[in-house]
Amino acid sequence: MALVLNEEQVMLRDAARNFLQERAPVSHLREIRDSGNLKGFSSEIWTEMADMGWTAILVPEKHGGLEYGYSGLGIVLEECGRTLTPSPLLSTALTAVSALTLTGSPEQCATILPDVVSGELLLALACDESAQHQPERVATEAEVLEHSFVLSGRKTAVVDGHVANTYIVSAWTGNGISLFLVPADAKGVRVERYPVLDISVAAHVTFDQVELAADSLLGKLHGGQVILDQVLDAARIGAAAEMLGIAQEVFARTLEYLKERKQFGVPIGSFQSLQHRAAKLHGEIEMCKSLVLKALQTLDDKPGGDAEISSLTKAKLGVTAHHAATEAIQMHGGIGMTDEFEIGFFLKRCQILETLYGDHHFHLDRFAKIRGY
Amino acid sequence: MTELDSFRLEARDWLEANCPEAMRHPYRSEADPCWGGRNCKFQSEDQRLWLQRMSQKGWTVPTWPTEFGGGGLNREQNKILKDELARIHARPPLESFGISMLGPALLKFGSEELKKQHLPAIARGEIRWAQGYSEPNAGSDLASLQARADDHGDHFILNGSKVWTSYGDLGDWMFCLVRTNFDASKHQGISFVLFDMATPGVSTRPIKLISGKSPFTETIFKDVRVEKNQVIGEVNQGWTVAKYLLTHEREMIAGSGLLRAGTIPVSKTAIHTLGTENGILHNTMLRGDIAQFEMDIRCLELTIERARDEVKAGVSLGAASSMFKYYGTELNKRRNELLMAIGGSESLVWEGKDSHDGQLPKSWLRSKGNSIEGGTSEIQLNIVAKHILGLPG
Ligand SMILES: Cc1cc2nc3c(=O)[nH]c(=O)nc-3n(C[C@H](O)[C@H](O)[C@H](O)COP(=O)(O)OP(=O)(O)OC[C@H]3O[C@@H](n4cnc5c(N)ncnc54)[C@H](O)[C@@H]3O)c2cc1C
Repeated sequence: MALVLNEEQVMLRDAARNFLQERAPVSHLREIRDSGNLKGFSSEIWTEMADMGWTAILVPEKHGGLEYGYSGLGIVLEECGRTLTPSPLLSTALTAVSALTLTGSPEQCATILPDVVSGELLLALACDESAQHQPERVATEAEVLEHSFVLSGRKTAVVDGHVANTYIVSAWTGNGISLFLVPADAKGVRVERYPVLDISVAAHVTFDQVELAADSLLGKLHGGQVILDQVLDAARIGAAAEMLGIAQEVFARTLEYLKERKQFGVPIGSFQSLQHRAAKLHGEIEMCKSLVLKALQTLDDKPGGDAEISSLTKAKLGVTAHHAATEAIQMHGGIGMTDEFEIGFFLKRCQILETLYGDHHFHLDRFAKIRGY
Repeated sequence: MTELDSFRLEARDWLEANCPEAMRHPYRSEADPCWGGRNCKFQSEDQRLWLQRMSQKGWTVPTWPTEFGGGGLNREQNKILKDELARIHARPPLESFGISMLGPALLKFGSEELKKQHLPAIARGEIRWAQGYSEPNAGSDLASLQARADDHGDHFILNGSKVWTSYGDLGDWMFCLVRTNFDASKHQGISFVLFDMATPGVSTRPIKLISGKSPFTETIFKDVRVEKNQVIGEVNQGWTVAKYLLTHEREMIAGSGLLRAGTIPVSKTAIHTLGTENGILHNTMLRGDIAQFEMDIRCLELTIERARDEVKAGVSLGAASSMFKYYGTELNKRRNELLMAIGGSESLVWEGKDSHDGQLPKSWLRSKGNSIEGGTSEIQLNIVAKHILGLPG
């Protein structure tokens, strides 16, 4: 497939951009932070996103979705990166929907997906248990009984864990890892909400002898590891798409500043040391654009995606977006360090996404393993 | 079956029947590539046959028009042909500055007469071209060049010198930048001329490189006669042609040694040389560097693919070629550094059969020139900053 957006995708991008810049620009994130909003996002904006069909992009048509694929959702996430618009798009519309479409039973899909589309149901993937991402290390256990399961353990860094109605939980079932759909209001579920930097929210979620019905098993018993990897790979590419938006936006703002800020009687952008750094960043961002496009297309072409391109994309975007945001602060000088100025928000969001589901060290290691060394 | 599918089958069959077995391996040493030219000494009969068959088919220059010795292929067909060549690890039948640099400029700016005269000979590998751009005092600031061509009616008389002429001693003809107007601003007085290097008054002096070989010369002109019909584009408008040619040169350099079909991945060499334990390379610090390098290579490949998808066939990538040149050459330097580290003390061996006469250290040293030739890395970054990013000054 050609590495370019088609006409429809360009229209989707423009529509998303218009909406986000009008309704939820970076100042919107600041308002949410400063207003003491405990959710960390605006329900009103979320409803509007659902009305525009963004929650339906990945959902199959038979469940009320648009079946428009990862390439489509990636475009929207990239735009959300530009405006830093907070929402459960990544956790629910991408990550959870991926899990359901990859391995959900027809009944599970039929009950859950329509409510995702309407924006009423939020889901969160609860897989990490330590500060370093190690999805294959699972201490959480689910006891397998004849017609039910009993789940115990503690998950950390659960994105949107503080608002989710349902968790997708990985647990050891004695002979492998299995995935479970766990209602947030089940007896024994405890949620500790915590602020993530000062712009986002997540939760630790504890499961204390939570009784689960047989139909809460998602996918095959003991067969969760492969699916979890595929779900994570999709989520990583989603996070990368958002970081691509961040990288482009901070770089565009930096370039503008280089042209307008004067010192020594000339625009600072005429200094070669800054020019060369800008030129290299431009190149890095161009590389990232190709990667994200390819990674999204791969997810659409091949159910379950491709681990190598996913790790490559997450690693590269993590480094590049981070570098772009750091350089942005440096090239803005003192003003870049102020809370009043917006650049700092980009660095914060970027750091959150870089940490999520494996930072670039994790993925460098994984990439090498996949390539056999 | 689509037309492209049947083209693929046709190409596959033809290559199967016509590519000699010995030509189905990547180059093993610097002596392996075939550069053609009047004084070409073929390494083997297979090498000669491969060039002959490919050029008769038009596939030394697959996308050039058939009337000029090309294959007349469109972009998709060319991509398929490349895939099929890569599939059997076929080496290029011909390396040529005529193909990678002069040809595109001639096709775009040359008169019909010049195209007919030069393109088919390039396609067949009969004439080897040298590039006369740089001078002792005009390197990065190429447009300040001083080699002069004085108007003598139907011809020019050329005096001055060029330097860093790659394979200057082996070139048959030269494409050369000369000053034809000393009063105009520096970009306005340059002409792009072609002449036979056997013309009286042309001499070369070899320059030895750190990589040992001497494929370079200083090239000196003393009252050299250049016919006026051998000017590409208008007199004094040569800078436009020169810049266009540079974008092609940069694309060529960006990919050479790095993205060529048949290039053995660095990790494969590392696994083979250093060994693994539980699937993990023994030297873990080096492992990280290799992984980072292989990621960056993939990024570059995908970005080149995207750029090709973005421009229509034939449209130059323009300033983007500077970005690719910068990345490609810096990556190729990294590649060579990694190979040296993997090789350890064996990578220092300079002579002998085991080391293919020091192929590794020699190509490592040679790679340092990648970020200088065709415009230095710093110049590429300047171009990106100015022409893509619109930064001032
Ligand atoms: C292997 C090899 C093959 C070559 N083959 C050919 C050939 O076939 N034909 C031909 O004509 N030429 C050839 N060249 C010459 C090549 O194009 C020049 O060497 C190159 O353009 C640099 O010019 P210079 O050597 O004069 O270096 P200089 O221009 O003197 O540069 C010296 C240093 O200063 C830096 N510098 C210069 N100007 C700036 C600036 N504005 N901003 C920031 N930094 C700057 C450069 O980046 C470099 O690091 C070849 C060179 C090499 C190494």
